[in-house]
Amino acid sequence: MAQYILNTPLTDADVKKLKAGDVVFLNGTIYSARDAAHKKLMELLDAGKDLPFDLKGAAIYYVGPSPAPPGRPIGAAGPTTSYRMDTYAPRLHSLGLKATIGKGKRSDEVKAAMREHTGVYFGATGGAGALLSNSITESTVIAFDELGPEAIRAMKVKDFPLLVINDCSGGELYVKPRLDTAG
Amino acid sequence: MREIPVQNVIDAVAAMCIKANTELPDDVRAKFEQAMAEETSDSAREVLRQLLENADLARDTKLPLCQDCGLAVFFVEVGDDVRVVGGNLREAINEGVRKGYADGFLRKSACHPLTRANTGDGTPAIIHFDMVPGDRLKLVYMAKGGGSENMSRVTMLSPAQGWEGIKKFVVERVAEAGPNPCPPTVIGIGVGGTFDHAAKIAKQSLMRRLDDTHPDPDIAAREKELEDALNALGIGPMGLGGNTTVLGVKITMEPCHLASLPLAVNVQCHSQRHEEVEL
Repeated sequence: MAQYILNTPLTDADVKKLKAGDVVFLNGTIYSARDAAHKKLMELLDAGKDLPFDLKGAAIYYVGPSPAPPGRPIGAAGPTTSYRMDTYAPRLHSLGLKATIGKGKRSDEVKAAMREHTGVYFGATGGAGALLSNSITESTVIAFDELGPEAIRAMKVKDFPLLVINDCSGGELYVKPRLDTAG
Repeated sequence: MREIPVQNVIDAVAAMCIKANTELPDDVRAKFEQAMAEETSDSAREVLRQLLENADLARDTKLPLCQDCGLAVFFVEVGDDVRVVGGNLREAINEGVRKGYADGFLRKSACHPLTRANTGDGTPAIIHFDMVPGDRLKLVYMAKGGGSENMSRVTMLSPAQGWEGIKKFVVERVAEAGPNPCPPTVIGIGVGGTFDHAAKIAKQSLMRRLDDTHPDPDIAAREKELEDALNALGIGPMGLGGNTTVLGVKITMEPCHLASLPLAVNVQCHSQRHEEVEL
């Protein structure tokens, strides 16, 4: 398993070298978006309008952080379960999205979109919200403030620790449950 | 009749919300440490190491352990000889949630099911009341996260399916959930009652300590059997493989209708956040 330090925006070359199981420390700007925000992004696309951030080379973090206490840029900020965004991810990958960050399994459609458009799915440790917040140095709401924890934020990250779960050549890190031995 | 001022309830609830969301229970920490020592998989040990570091950080900084501070769920036991004065008990619990989630910088995750508009203050809480003898008021709080709750299921088995049917359903449910609910999970199982009651007792099972043993040796043996079966799935911490897929299995079993075998599986994430107070 290799280790990489990558910067956003991500390029096809960045993504192509990643294999399931690799560790990545990500730097730059990533965008928070989860259930309600994705629905609104789709409405903007359907209406032919611009999105609140540039999708080209972008990384979306599926996160709804807790409120920032005084003196910190953000509250706890671990990943939410990704499959709920599977409906939306293929369209975003086709428009230039390079990476999504979350936890849990992705659909076959998302995996196919990552193969076709050179995308990658990163896992962050679920439930480690306090720890992961230490890698976020700035956070600014850039759209849908009315959604509260689900608003879209531009977040500056420094050495954000990620694992490659699905790579762009079909590799996957998650184990298959051993139903035969579970009795 | 003993009287409890309503403000005592509000303050106790607010304090429980903050403590449960920022301090990993000692029984859960002990399980993490035991799993660290026993796991042979490097990725499993690394995830557990991160979770312990996360717990230390949350305790020291008062940041929540997890950004999902849950829907606030309460099990409340109200003695026959006690009453809350100066206000309504249900409203006091909701007021305590409002205060705790605001003061503790906890995420408010309650929203309208269709418009998805956030209620803005973490309420309404889900409250289960139970009348008990005596003059005590016991409040048990759990922060129930959405990711693990979504992996939970209720099913109505046929009586002929019996224990084997229960075991098959639970194993398949945990296998299907895989990495989604933040394993290692705690599995609360309700067997019996009705469709709704099975779900309630499954959730109530999650209030038990991880290091306890069910007082009924038959049920204790079945909990162990299921725990071994689920850990044999090899899902491991965060689904990356390993022997620690669950931290514990807790079963509550109650009588049911002749025609029925209700079964509920309530999945809880590794943080197992809960607190209780007796006023």
